[in-house]
Amino acid sequence: MTTASTPADVARAPEARAADGAPRTGSSAGYLRHAAGKLGGALVSLFAVLVTSFFLFRIIPGDPVKAMTHGVPTSAEQLATLRRQFGLDLPLWQQFTDYCAHALSGDLGISFQFRAPVGDLIAEKLPATLLLTGVAVVIYSALGLWLGTRSAWRHGGLGDKLNTGIALTLWSVPSFWLGLLLIIVFSVGMGPIPGLFPTGGMESGTGETGFGYVLDVAHHLVLPVVTLVAVGYAQTLLVMRSSLLDEMGGDYLTTARAKGLRDDVVRRRHAVPNALLPTVTMIFINLGHVAAGSILVETVFSWPGLGGLFYQALSVPDLPLVQGLFVVFAAAMILMNLIADLLYPLLDPRVGR
Amino acid sequence: MVMVTKVPPRPAPARRALRLLLATGVAAGSLAAVPGTAQAEDEKSGGTTLTVAVSQSIDSLSPFLAQKLTSTSIHRLAYEYLTNYDPKDARTVPGLATAWTPSADKLTWTYTIRKDSTWSDGKPVTAEDAAWTFRKMMTDPNAATANGSFTANFAEVTASDPQTLVIRLKKPQATMTALDVPIVPKHVWEKVGDFSKFNNDKQFPIVGNGPFVITDFKVDQYIKLKPNKKFWRGAPKFDELVFKYYKDGDAAVAALQKGEVSFVPNLTPAQADALKTQKDIKVNDAPGRRFYALATNPGAKARDGKTFGNGHPALLDPAVRKALFLAVDRTTIVDKVFQGHAVEGQGYIPPRFGSYFWEPPAAQKRTYDPATAEKVLDAAGYRKNADGKRVGKDGRPLDFRILCHATDPNDKAVGKYLQEWWGKLGIGLKVECLDSVSDPWAKGDYDLAFDGWSVNPDPDYVLSIHTCGTLPATPKDTGATDNFICDPQFDGLYAQQAVEYDAAKRADLVKRMQSRLYDTGYMNVMAYPNALEAYRTDQIRSITTMPEAAGNLWGQDGYWSWWSAVPTAQAEDDQGGSSTGVIVGIAAAVVVVVGAGLFLGLRRRSTADDRE
Repeated sequence: MTTASTPADVARAPEARAADGAPRTGSSAGYLRHAAGKLGGALVSLFAVLVTSFFLFRIIPGDPVKAMTHGVPTSAEQLATLRRQFGLDLPLWQQFTDYCAHALSGDLGISFQFRAPVGDLIAEKLPATLLLTGVAVVIYSALGLWLGTRSAWRHGGLGDKLNTGIALTLWSVPSFWLGLLLIIVFSVGMGPIPGLFPTGGMESGTGETGFGYVLDVAHHLVLPVVTLVAVGYAQTLLVMRSSLLDEMGGDYLTTARAKGLRDDVVRRRHAVPNALLPTVTMIFINLGHVAAGSILVETVFSWPGLGGLFYQALSVPDLPLVQGLFVVFAAAMILMNLIADLLYPLLDPRVGR
Repeated sequence: MVMVTKVPPRPAPARRALRLLLATGVAAGSLAAVPGTAQAEDEKSGGTTLTVAVSQSIDSLSPFLAQKLTSTSIHRLAYEYLTNYDPKDARTVPGLATAWTPSADKLTWTYTIRKDSTWSDGKPVTAEDAAWTFRKMMTDPNAATANGSFTANFAEVTASDPQTLVIRLKKPQATMTALDVPIVPKHVWEKVGDFSKFNNDKQFPIVGNGPFVITDFKVDQYIKLKPNKKFWRGAPKFDELVFKYYKDGDAAVAALQKGEVSFVPNLTPAQADALKTQKDIKVNDAPGRRFYALATNPGAKARDGKTFGNGHPALLDPAVRKALFLAVDRTTIVDKVFQGHAVEGQGYIPPRFGSYFWEPPAAQKRTYDPATAEKVLDAAGYRKNADGKRVGKDGRPLDFRILCHATDPNDKAVGKYLQEWWGKLGIGLKVECLDSVSDPWAKGDYDLAFDGWSVNPDPDYVLSIHTCGTLPATPKDTGATDNFICDPQFDGLYAQQAVEYDAAKRADLVKRMQSRLYDTGYMNVMAYPNALEAYRTDQIRSITTMPEAAGNLWGQDGYWSWWSAVPTAQAEDDQGGSSTGVIVGIAAAVVVVVGAGLFLGLRRRSTADDRE
């Protein structure tokens, strides 16, 4: 398995240090400085998101009041009342200052169409989304890491080709189509396959409690998670595979082998930890996406999550709701990026010096 | 590098993660079995359930705020209105009121409230409940959000005794037997503070007096109702009515095939055709309540007289509008675009509303006839130039744009046909498909547009949106107008029907309005799309459609469908039992096979480690 050593690995460490100026003493101070910088950056981004979300969605064409009342007998007075209730009769700058004042105090406003505080609506649907996408991301990250490592370690072999081939094929499959296929085959049943899983939703609503409820929700969770995992794991797999391939030429692996370590141990303890960095970045980006859910999969499986809520909010457009959701999605992303940034120095001491 | 020797020996994390992952897989496999049995048991004990697949979210469970069809349909089931519509022919029939009479001056209506209606908490329903509901809407703009248009003309509402409701009007109003307003219990609702924020979704069961009582609600998951055993017309036959959310139409169809839902509305022609051949499923291809029309911009203007928008001036010429519609082959649209699931368009109001339906007599009808269309254009002075394009007297070619809803495949398909048909006349057409057409529409920035409305048993509203009074006050405002039509003759007839209390005379006026609208050529009805829906005959034995002879089930004017539905009392349990057995067996087999595979795989790996 040994190949000619590349100078890249050796060169990388000094480069990282040189870019940051002179080497410093005391790594914990360096870490704190790194953390503070990243934290500050995150706060600035969050503020920028808060401000832009107001203007970003004013661009969406469509009059919310007209859209909400379409097909319903509505008088001119009613239209005016709605505009007043929504604050749409105020000048734009006043709407903006109101929005900023409220947003900074944690109040995201009242949804036009659901007549409920945006914060409540999001809080109501967030658990469902976190459950679905969270479980899916954990599984596909683990699956991708494992298969990616295997593929890289025996790259070029039949297993590698099969692995990457299947992953890429699944990756290019539209998730809603795969979801429907799974519903038709495993929910409705086809030929000898009986309908094992429910066709949609998060619970049967038969009033189960305790463990019965957990089982019921888990039962509903299987197909949407399978869909998300099938479509998503290729990403982690490919990144892990390529970064491990980069490491495989490293001299330190030759050294490890020369010490007589088993191949398995060389891979697990030496190669993989060094190859993890790009993959970790991607896993955290994916975790950042968790809050946003997956509109398509949530729709096909009628999963009562934030993705579906975002779609409904956009189609009106329900301005306070889209703004609120955008802020929450962006905040989740910023938070996960921040965590990843804070983790890097722990995973790789070269970062953050 | 240096760290190589530092790594202490510990259990391999990767392998642990792998085990966890595979254990999850096994758990998932076994999950296929467990709740399956739970469900079957539930069916045995829980009685009969009618499950309706819905996709539209509830905007509010407060009847004062709800505007979406799903919400208002559910309110129909939970609250009685003063009057109802006969399932046979949509005639007004008694609801909460048993009788009603207008005064001689047409300004006072007296309703007799029935004695045999009680709220689901046991209190009697009185005229005061109705009076309070209307008064609340008249005095609190927030309570008028959803249904304010019904009380806009009310001067005073009183309950002279528990059985007598008196409504005094500012001016006569013919729609007084079509007040589609849910009457709420005063003793519950007078405690509500801010009507703009109260959604009526915290306390269950919700006190009502309709055929069903709302007992549970989970946003975007389900709404559950139980029959109101004391309902004066008789209790519904099913033990439970559940509206279950399916955000995707194909998933809802799959649920119907499996039997997880009893009824699915709003099918596509392809879905309906696929379901037609299935056992135990009946597809209902019912005359719809919508019309599908070609609207022509009459030159948008506001009530202050200012014109705006950029509609093509040639469309102001009646000859051009006539020629355009003469070249529209409605039969092809019905056959090819709607695949037969529609009826060719005639007047403005669909044929299911028999008393108001109007169809143009042969002499007036613009039958599909491209040759005549050519002649009409020639005679009006729109000659073809060297390129074969029609040019107006001002030298401007007849190149039109049509606003199309990007979300509606019918619009796109019809647009293609129009391009072909009008192209032959020498008229150009650009189909502009947008996600939201409301902005250019409100600004008057269109030449033609695909238009459609759902019509109520009382046609007042769909007629009102073509009157001058609904134009925006200034070009900056938005009005209730549909298509900026302002025609004195139409307005005159509208004003007459609005105060005509004689049903036959009013119907005659409504027909004359449609005739006038037809002649102007600003609203050309191409088709009445059918309502396509399907239900399981092994769950629903019989159900009332509206109109009764051949009608729809979802979105009726009344509670007839779900109230009348009779369950199929079959040995469903046996079926459930056997399929559950199969499920358990297969799931167990899957678990065993996966488990065995895992065990062997892991063993092989560990021995491989040892061998190294």
